Amino acid sequence: MQFKPRILPLGDSSLLVELGDEIDMAVNQRVHALAHLIEVSSINGIIETVPAYATLLVHYDPLVLSYIQIKNYLREKITQVEEISSRKPRQLEVPVRYGGEYGPDLEFVATHCGLRVEDVIRIHTEQIYTIFMMGFTPGFPYMGKLDNAIITPRLQTPRTRVPAGTVAIAGSQTGIYSIDSPGGWRLIGWTPLRLFSPESETPFLFSPGDEVKFIVERP
Amino acid sequence: MKMTIEVLEVNGLATIQDSGRTSWRRFGVPASGPMDVFAFQAANVLLGNPGGCAAVEIGLGDVSLQAAQDCVIAVTGVGYQLSIYIWEFPLWGSFFVRAGWKIRLNKTDHGMWAYLAVPGGVRTPSILGSQSTYLRGAFGGLEGRQLQAGDRITAASHFSYELAGQTLPAENRPKYQENPILGVIMGPQWDYFTKESIETFLSSEYSISLTSDRMGYRLEGPPLTQRGNKELISEGMTFGAIQVPSNGLPIVSMADGPSTGGYPKIGAVASADLPLLAQCVPNQSRIRFRETTVTKAQEKYRAVFEGLQKIVPDE
Repeated sequence: MQFKPRILPLGDSSLLVELGDEIDMAVNQRVHALAHLIEVSSINGIIETVPAYATLLVHYDPLVLSYIQIKNYLREKITQVEEISSRKPRQLEVPVRYGGEYGPDLEFVATHCGLRVEDVIRIHTEQIYTIFMMGFTPGFPYMGKLDNAIITPRLQTPRTRVPAGTVAIAGSQTGIYSIDSPGGWRLIGWTPLRLFSPESETPFLFSPGDEVKFIVERP
Repeated sequence: MKMTIEVLEVNGLATIQDSGRTSWRRFGVPASGPMDVFAFQAANVLLGNPGGCAAVEIGLGDVSLQAAQDCVIAVTGVGYQLSIYIWEFPLWGSFFVRAGWKIRLNKTDHGMWAYLAVPGGVRTPSILGSQSTYLRGAFGGLEGRQLQAGDRITAASHFSYELAGQTLPAENRPKYQENPILGVIMGPQWDYFTKESIETFLSSEYSISLTSDRMGYRLEGPPLTQRGNKELISEGMTFGAIQVPSNGLPIVSMADGPSTGGYPKIGAVASADLPLLAQCVPNQSRIRFRETTVTKAQEKYRAVFEGLQKIVPDE
């Protein structure tokens, strides 16, 4: 049952560390712990790491670090991950205006799941979600896992434009569109929080590994 | 005195790029940067610039510019004819341009991208630590957009006449060609594909679709079949990674490719060969893939990029 971690090359300038092969909170926590371990050891030649659900991609400079060197380094770090206690993740609250013009798919989700709209909102806001990873557009958080009761498939045909701030769900994931972009997820609400400010000293509201709680915005 | 060049006309895609935006890929921000990393770096080295200074990347069409003051520029790339004032010059050199002279880059058939460097790099604001343009996100470079007539490109440094007249001889550049064979490091999901498909991938010719862009080169040729129905959860991506979506046609992730992706990756192009791929022409070039190892690929990378040290005065 134990997944054996693997280190696989993605080309000659990055390595994919596999710590699992499914969406799982414990595995994801180890991914973030490994990313943090690498960050604090700041070894020369590692450019940056990209955490995802169950993997960590390590970008490196092959003129500074050879394949053997970085593989050995990562093998060692992987063993250390099991030993360290996980850091307490940052928790953020996200106020949401649910439904209506802000969440045009909320009714669909309710009907699809055989629930009232109020139940969908209650279930969505009850849980604390982990940001497994970020991608798709700058600042877009992939969060989970949704309670089974409100799991809803994504759209067959994506919308050409979803406004920034829109809170959405797809499958067992929930996310927030960080910039105006096309989008295939079900739109259930909108937050006035700004997820991405390129000119700011802290451009991103979220970091991978953070925890998020949605709350109904007080009018 | 500030060295400024005015953009007169752009018939393709011109953007400001530096060596790329690193440290933010975990937040979903692609690295961007040049499509042909070698040609970009060579343009800077020809002017004695520190590596990675912001330069103008020109693609897909003609560009004409005009020097507002005396200046020195370097131009590299494949698939362009360079004329300054009334003379034609081969690329991969540094040139003195007098105030008022026009600089023209005319697109020819056999290549895609050219780089124009200025002393000290192009002066634009740094966003998230880089001057590279991320067109989708509309930030970086010059106001987050492509260059257009009327834009002014300002150099960060003063120039000196000695910078002109340098060249990088052809034998020290990558072996650009119309139908290159590209080294590929197999994996991480090559075992998702049937044995026949792997053989097909490593023996067939592919062409590049016209729908390709700075995000990815979409390939046309024999589709690849997966063994089973295994779903891949999203993972990090890199420049040169070869994804295969459900239609079986490979897509090579390029400079503006997303930082993560959920399609299986059959392999990734060796960094030494990425400049060759970048300069391939849609609907014209025919590429082939050949399996290589990480160690061999890294050796080739070192060897190819050592060519940047071989700048000489132009006779």
